Amino acid sequence: MESSLNFFTGFKVLDLLFLGEAAARTLLISGISIASGTVLGVLFGWLLYEGRIFGSLTLAPVLDVFRSVPLIIQLVLFYNFAPIIGLSLDPFACGAAVLTIYTAALVANVARGGIEAVAMPLRRASRSLGMTYWQDMMYVVAPIGMRTVFPAWVGVALGVMKDSALVSVLGYIELLKASQILITRTQEPFLILAVAGAFYFALSFPVARFADRLEQRWSQ
Amino acid sequence: MIEVSELHKRFKDLHVLKGINLVVEKGVVLSIVGASGSGKSTLLYCINALEAIDSGTITVDGEDVHAKGTDINRLRRKLGMVFQQWNSFPHLTALENVALSPRIVRKLSRAESRDIAAKQLEHVGLGDKLNSYPSALSGGQQQRLAIARALAMEPSYMLFDEATSALDPELVGEVLDTMRLLAEEGMTMICVTHEMGFARDVSDRVAYVHDGTIEEIGPPEQIFGDPQSDNTRRFLAKVR
Repeated sequence: MESSLNFFTGFKVLDLLFLGEAAARTLLISGISIASGTVLGVLFGWLLYEGRIFGSLTLAPVLDVFRSVPLIIQLVLFYNFAPIIGLSLDPFACGAAVLTIYTAALVANVARGGIEAVAMPLRRASRSLGMTYWQDMMYVVAPIGMRTVFPAWVGVALGVMKDSALVSVLGYIELLKASQILITRTQEPFLILAVAGAFYFALSFPVARFADRLEQRWSQ
Repeated sequence: MIEVSELHKRFKDLHVLKGINLVVEKGVVLSIVGASGSGKSTLLYCINALEAIDSGTITVDGEDVHAKGTDINRLRRKLGMVFQQWNSFPHLTALENVALSPRIVRKLSRAESRDIAAKQLEHVGLGDKLNSYPSALSGGQQQRLAIARALAMEPSYMLFDEATSALDPELVGEVLDTMRLLAEEGMTMICVTHEMGFARDVSDRVAYVHDGTIEEIGPPEQIFGDPQSDNTRRFLAKVR
């Protein structure tokens, strides 16, 4: 009987370090995906806005697919199809790629909304001052539009960070995968999941608070 | 000098401008009056190419506004424009609103553009509002801010598109006073307006636009005192 007791061991302080390390990986993969997905999404949003016919015929349906198909299916499909088209990607690269496209699909509509939020008369006013199309975009449309859709973008970013848990199905050891490993070892799911939840909270809460602070500053 | 000849403009099936001919010499203040929908504002938009035209030509100091090779962004610097809706940039202070285009379009240094902005805001009577955001300014103040913003580009011409129509009645006076000040300083101005008092007292010439053409143009004494056309007479009887 003694030997079977050794098979499962209790939760140790060192395990917190293991979870912390996994939380850093969650932060890494979501940070990279949110950053690159936002850049790509803004580009897509601009294409949707500017190329109304081209955009709604070609880009919009593709983005709709990525927004509508559950992320876990996209991950598994991409992970298994990537080698077929000659890409050898590790779970991290694969997860980051899928999360990036997923983020871009969500951000595209947010970005288009931001551009649309800047009324035509205001843009004509900046053009009448001699600004070029890009100067108007950079100095007038971007700052005003960004303030308008910033809350929506924060929502997308926090959502993607939590959704990054799904990358665990590919074997990438982020927070959720690490928790599963510990649960198997300790047989203490409630404790471990509560701690993992606390880590997720610790990652999102500062972002949410920082966003609130920014919004308050802009609204005056 | 601004020269408009045989200008035609259509919005789909709607023929808005039907052969406008107009010459505005340097130093002249021209008021354009007429019923809503007669095409007055569209004419202004065509002059600085915010609207494309269907036929005819518009030249500013001899340069064809709508020609293919024209650098319209450079040409627009000569043509300050003030709109019915004042269109302040909500994310910038009054000073930054005015300093933005001198800095990015005229490529002046940050300090220079702020100096110009402060000077122009002083000019329109907003010297004490440099650091206010537009949301803290009244409609009249925002419209004067828009005038300062246009003046900061040191334009040769100012186009006013019903600059006082969206204002509460008690705020109209301060904007008209600013426009009067510019006229006295010798600025060349084209003012689309419903303010007949301003048109009569300040302009050198008044044009009455009727159904997409200039029905009558002349000194204010003629237009208001002795109009030659029946349509002008009918319009003036209505607005009086």
